[in-house]
Amino acid sequence: MTEQTTRRNFLKMGAAGASVLPFLRAMPAAAQASDTLVVVTGATINSLDLHRTGTSRASYQVGINCYDRLLSFGTKEAVGGGLSYDYEVIEPELAESWTESEDGLTLTFKLKPDATFWDGRKVTAADVKWSFDRAVSVGGFPTVQMKAGGLERPDQFVAVDDETFVINLDRPSKLTIPDLAVPVPYIINSVEALANATEDDPWAMDYLHMTAAGSGAYKVARWSPGEQLVYERNDTWVGGAMPAVKRVVIREVPSPATRRALIERGDVQVAFDIPDKDAAELSEIIDVFSTPVENCIHCLCPNFAFEPFQDADVRKAIAYAIPYDDIFQAAAFGRGLPMWGGSEEINDISWPRKTQYYTDVEKAKELMAGSAYPDGFEVPLSISLDLASWMEPTALLVQEALGKIGITVEIEKIPGANWRTAVLVEKRLPLHLENFGGWLNTPDYYFFWAYQDGHLFNSSNYRNEEIEELTNATLHMPMDDPEYAPKIKRMFEIVLDELPRIPLYQPALNVAANGAEGYEFWFHRQLDARPLKAV
Amino acid sequence: MLAASPRLRATVLRVAQSIPVVIGVVVISFLLTRALPGDPAVYFAGVAADTASIEQTRVAMGLDKPLPQQFVIYVGDLLQGDLGQSLSSGRSVAADLAKRLPASLELTLTALLLAIAIAVPLGVLAATRPGTWVDHLCRVVVTAGVSLPTFFTGILLIYIFYYLLGVSPSPLGRLDFIYLDPDHVTGFYLIDAALMGDWETWRGAAKQLILPASTLALFTLAPIARMTRASMLTALSSDFIRTARAAGLSNPRVLYGYAFRNALLPVVTTLGMVFSFALGANVLVEKVFAWPGIGSYAVEALVVSDYAAVQGFVLAMALLFVTLNLVIDLLYTAIDPRIGFSSK
Repeated sequence: MTEQTTRRNFLKMGAAGASVLPFLRAMPAAAQASDTLVVVTGATINSLDLHRTGTSRASYQVGINCYDRLLSFGTKEAVGGGLSYDYEVIEPELAESWTESEDGLTLTFKLKPDATFWDGRKVTAADVKWSFDRAVSVGGFPTVQMKAGGLERPDQFVAVDDETFVINLDRPSKLTIPDLAVPVPYIINSVEALANATEDDPWAMDYLHMTAAGSGAYKVARWSPGEQLVYERNDTWVGGAMPAVKRVVIREVPSPATRRALIERGDVQVAFDIPDKDAAELSEIIDVFSTPVENCIHCLCPNFAFEPFQDADVRKAIAYAIPYDDIFQAAAFGRGLPMWGGSEEINDISWPRKTQYYTDVEKAKELMAGSAYPDGFEVPLSISLDLASWMEPTALLVQEALGKIGITVEIEKIPGANWRTAVLVEKRLPLHLENFGGWLNTPDYYFFWAYQDGHLFNSSNYRNEEIEELTNATLHMPMDDPEYAPKIKRMFEIVLDELPRIPLYQPALNVAANGAEGYEFWFHRQLDARPLKAV
Repeated sequence: MLAASPRLRATVLRVAQSIPVVIGVVVISFLLTRALPGDPAVYFAGVAADTASIEQTRVAMGLDKPLPQQFVIYVGDLLQGDLGQSLSSGRSVAADLAKRLPASLELTLTALLLAIAIAVPLGVLAATRPGTWVDHLCRVVVTAGVSLPTFFTGILLIYIFYYLLGVSPSPLGRLDFIYLDPDHVTGFYLIDAALMGDWETWRGAAKQLILPASTLALFTLAPIARMTRASMLTALSSDFIRTARAAGLSNPRVLYGYAFRNALLPVVTTLGMVFSFALGANVLVEKVFAWPGIGSYAVEALVVSDYAAVQGFVLAMALLFVTLNLVIDLLYTAIDPRIGFSSK
């Protein structure tokens, strides 16, 4: 994109003279004009193609703003102010309607007849098929995410005619429909992509990495990696309500202090993903949305591979020793939701849920005295330097608290590049902090990743036969199945008693707005520019 | 022809001497990046990768091959001028460096010119008037410059000039979003904008440059001022200055014609050193001012074990330093004809 966009043809992209003007002349007021919003973020957009290996999380927003999916989620009021996507409500995006066969194995989608790509060509079922084939074939993250919804092989996808697309499933699953609304299965202009594909690169990875080719609400007007990305509205979009803002500038500013100065002064309208501390302080002055991240919990994980942690009393002693509220205030500045001091009895299936544990050092000491390690032991507590903003204060407080019950903790700081290998792949850290969050918002999905043996986020090497069985049984079961709730409750009961992960708190995603409204939280934790409005 | 021009011969010789250095850098940077703990395949496979997709990523990155074979492939590509593909930015390392090195150089050179313009006169004045207010001022500036970390100075300047007074433009990198980048010729925005005759953009770029360049200048002027003062003091107290004064030469002639010229050698050496470390050390300034420079690029690449990018950065820096040392050596002979290449 960058290479092809010369000064001249960029100016041509702007509609009329008036809309081009702010880009030509230095007018500070231009930023306040209602047709342009400036967003600052600390993360780098390194690719326009989510399917590529090495694409950063921040780049997922291109998949959201520039491409359409068949389906999308609805909107609801969020906890902590503002709006949030609604996992319960599925809305059409490129699909006009869809039907499910009796046995739940065949999904048939009718595409919107007036949907077009940016080059004016009609969106057809063949484009959908090519895009889905690509997502399940390229390997890595997109393929794993597709698999979560039971979408594994190209032969499952059939383009019946131009406007009819069929998915054949191996087994019915409640995760399939929501999985079609996550950023991964987006629909690419396959004709444009194929024109730029080569024999070595049949999926046009090189081309789509630098050029977006979609039908989404925003086109990429300019992109310089490491600096900025400029979205320009696609006025023929039919995927949803037309965005109010004509142009959105995403500017990368690594320093949080600089981002804070910019948003406070009002020179930028949105500061995305700001630190908890800034959120707590800025909320007095400007609009700050701190939305608890759904299906995400910050945990302290005792590893079962480390012998003392095989003792249930030791794990419970730790759970009673942790100074939860101090951690929540020091590490999260009170942004997010507490995960302690709940009732032991499990009456509902909402997750994350408050545990029955609370800070009680006497009880913790009793439990330690009754365990096989009454004199305590030594253990390193590992944290990631990349996540030091919450992990470091948490670790210091845990260290102090465990010292009181005879467990000598030494804090081990691991560089970001090694962290994933050590904690998730080798699973070799005896005691560590971890923060898995699932995109699909069901408890069984969380359990699948974090509590089943051998799965990536089960960094505690936990294995419980009943959990294995119950997770497998509930993963694809519809949530209104009468067997679902009892099984889920039993799963909660087991893991909260056995504590392979000790929940600390549910973190929040903080977004500050000064001159913009309509911000909506999404599970993918990236900015959806489409509902934003300037005020 | 080489025999006829000793300077050319010496230059060629110096360049030849740098070849082993560059080869050493290639080998060491390759081995060091591989020795980094951490597994790039795991990192780049993404958040929800399983063992199979991590393995796929490893094969795609060529990391499943034995080390010697990886090295041969790397050197082969290097000989064809291919620095490899950066995984984190997803572009060729050469393209990334071509975009980011000028950004850093523009910032560092501007800062250095600013620092020289302040530090050298300050050092000379302090040396000629020791113990006066100028000398004390010099000492205060030097101490402040050395002791204030750049990120702190940067944030302080932003706070005062942007946040409180509102006289500086938004600290949003090289150009505010309302401007378009000038056409790429040198990659230096000030030069490129001037070449296009687009003075609006030139002013925009210059305004963005003032605060980060001042931050970096404050940091770099300390050693320069210190060295100028010290070497001026040494020069002024030496015999030839006494002789010159005794011979009745005018004060400016003694000061600038004899003392300053002799004092310049250590200053130039310091300049070279300051330039090299400023280029590497301006990472923090780049972060604070959202400056898309080479320092933040290298740090980000290092954090994610992006081998090609780290190697490309180290190699580019090595070549830059070799060139810089050569230029400084040539400057020596221009400043002081007594220093001949033959003596080295």
